Amino acid sequence: MRLNKIILSFVSALVILFSTSVASFAKVVGDKIILGAAISLTGKYSSNGVHTQNGYNMAVDRINSMGGVKVGGKTYKFDIIYYDDESNPKRAAQLAERLISQDGVEFMLGPYSSGLTKAIAPVTEKYGVPMVEANGASRSLFTKGYKYLFAVLAPANLYLDVAIETAVELNGGKPVRIAQAFEQDAFSQDVRLGILDAAERTGSKIIIDDKLPKELNDMAATLVKVKQMKPDVLVVSGHTKGALTAIRQIAEMKVDVPMLAMTHCDAAKLSKQHGKNSQYALCASQWHKSLTYKDDFFKDGMTYAADFEKEFGYDPPYQSAESSAALLVFKDAFERANSFDQKKVRDALAATNMQTFYGNIKFAPGGQNVDKPMVLFQVMCDASGSCENKVVAPLKWASAKLIHPIPKWSER
Amino acid sequence: MDFLVFQYPMITLQACLDGILLGVLFALIAYGMALQWGVMNIINIAQGDLVILGGYIAYFMYLYGIHPAWGVIVAPVIMYFVGIAIYKLVINKVVDRDLFISILATFGISILFMQLMNFAFGADVVLANSGYGTTMLFDNNVVLPNSKIFSAFISIVFAVCLVIYMKKSKLGRAIRATAQNARAAKILGVDTEKVYAATFGINAALCGVAGALISITFTIHPYMGLPYTIRSFMIVIVAGLGNLPGVAMSGMGLGVFEEFADYILGTEFRIGSVFLLLVLILVYRRFKLSRKREYLK
Repeated sequence: MRLNKIILSFVSALVILFSTSVASFAKVVGDKIILGAAISLTGKYSSNGVHTQNGYNMAVDRINSMGGVKVGGKTYKFDIIYYDDESNPKRAAQLAERLISQDGVEFMLGPYSSGLTKAIAPVTEKYGVPMVEANGASRSLFTKGYKYLFAVLAPANLYLDVAIETAVELNGGKPVRIAQAFEQDAFSQDVRLGILDAAERTGSKIIIDDKLPKELNDMAATLVKVKQMKPDVLVVSGHTKGALTAIRQIAEMKVDVPMLAMTHCDAAKLSKQHGKNSQYALCASQWHKSLTYKDDFFKDGMTYAADFEKEFGYDPPYQSAESSAALLVFKDAFERANSFDQKKVRDALAATNMQTFYGNIKFAPGGQNVDKPMVLFQVMCDASGSCENKVVAPLKWASAKLIHPIPKWSER
Repeated sequence: MDFLVFQYPMITLQACLDGILLGVLFALIAYGMALQWGVMNIINIAQGDLVILGGYIAYFMYLYGIHPAWGVIVAPVIMYFVGIAIYKLVINKVVDRDLFISILATFGISILFMQLMNFAFGADVVLANSGYGTTMLFDNNVVLPNSKIFSAFISIVFAVCLVIYMKKSKLGRAIRATAQNARAAKILGVDTEKVYAATFGINAALCGVAGALISITFTIHPYMGLPYTIRSFMIVIVAGLGNLPGVAMSGMGLGVFEEFADYILGTEFRIGSVFLLLVLILVYRRFKLSRKREYLK
């Protein structure tokens, strides 16, 4: 009986602990367009939540100081109401309801992460509230037939397929052998689908296909298999945990692989945390400051990065850049719609075709941005051990030549 | 299902060694849990969070240029006092109460710790680099990161020291007496309140050591404590309270089991397999107990 009680208590505690949010909005008061946003200011996404908020704030200040938004011959300024969704999808959905039905917000900005965007999208869709989001890349967001959801970023399945294509190209056009390990979450699994597509397209073979748990901090088993089976490419996606764990264990276990492609390298501050061990890792990124896209508000990536650093004291990750771009999209749509009617703004958003410092933006019927390719950068270190991310693909923006194959650990 | 692990003897050996090194570390955390469970009848859901807090101490030392290995000395000292503070503030109010109350209280502490760590240290995943290198065996077919070997070695050192301390010291004897019969110990002049506080402090210190080792070997994050709580619970359930060799064996067994489950079922079922094993063992124990009962009838 006592043991039963212990188990019951323990299991109930675990159930509560496992049951565990983000969004944005607008209404027009006086000369202000009030946008609302639920952002993860606390909880496990709080770092990226803050990057998102900083991106939004930076764009609001810049647009307002440069003349605001002109609708019907009148000038309006942006303002955002933020709520903290505590990194919890249920809370995010509640906050979206609250923003729309209580605060009367008519236009929204997205939260951070695919999971939270997924929680909010049904709510905004129900009320017909246009939402421009910048941090939900999961493909499943764009296959549900949502009419009011627009994402400025490229969908998750495109993150790493450039890497596979590059590997095939470097292999003389012949198929490659791929080892992959992906976390079991909406985003990483979509990246995996992209790799499966790329493998099929190029005739490449997937020889290791591992799934990683959410509480991942050890992937030695996958790496032992990689050591034995010697694939041509190793692909890892598991947010910052995945990137940090992979680099640590690849270096410790001296795993030699000709190409290593990952996501979330910049968010994980790979080169800072691992230094030279992270050298040669290829990383997918939505944006890099060295890209040469231009707009009237932020000029280009380099200027954006410099201004951002002046204001917030750190180099902007792509999460901030894409969040800033979301505001530029809203401004453009309001002006073209020349109205605050939600349907007209929605139609104007759907017809968006513009260039921002972050990249070209043009929405497919599903809401994803189809006009902005992903970039791949490679971590490159100099003799003193200081490392930098250099864009290596697509070739148009490459600032360095891809180093391939990665030198063996015994030769480093 | 993937049986690669049995096809290559080197992979089997690798899995066993990885499992044992990992298991020793788990055993250290579980020993702390067994100790306070045995003495105070408290199941500490915040065990994993204390581990992570210990990890952050080592991480911050690393950040300020001190080698993180010193964390195994500094973290337990700080964590001992954190443990005492938690005891004085919360645990002493629930120590004689229903087990469910103590689980709720420590569950509350767990949530509080997660949020406070998130608030204080940020939600980024971090690690401390020891720069210890790698040991290669059998023509480079078996690789053991030295940080894992270091972790296992330090865990053993701490466990041995603790056993000696429990046997020889006055406080150790008082702790053991309280575990056997708190009332009798009190009558015989043992200050059980002090014993409880020290026990909770020692448990927190052990978590501190384990945390420092985890920051050197793996990664830490404010929300990563729970799997360590589950593993300790599992180890203690299997080994029983106050059975140190049992805890060590059960810890290593669990480590090896996890590694094999990882190879055979896939990494995604790693923690799931621990749960499954927990259920199986509980069912088995019940079955054994019911047979004993029949026999007695």
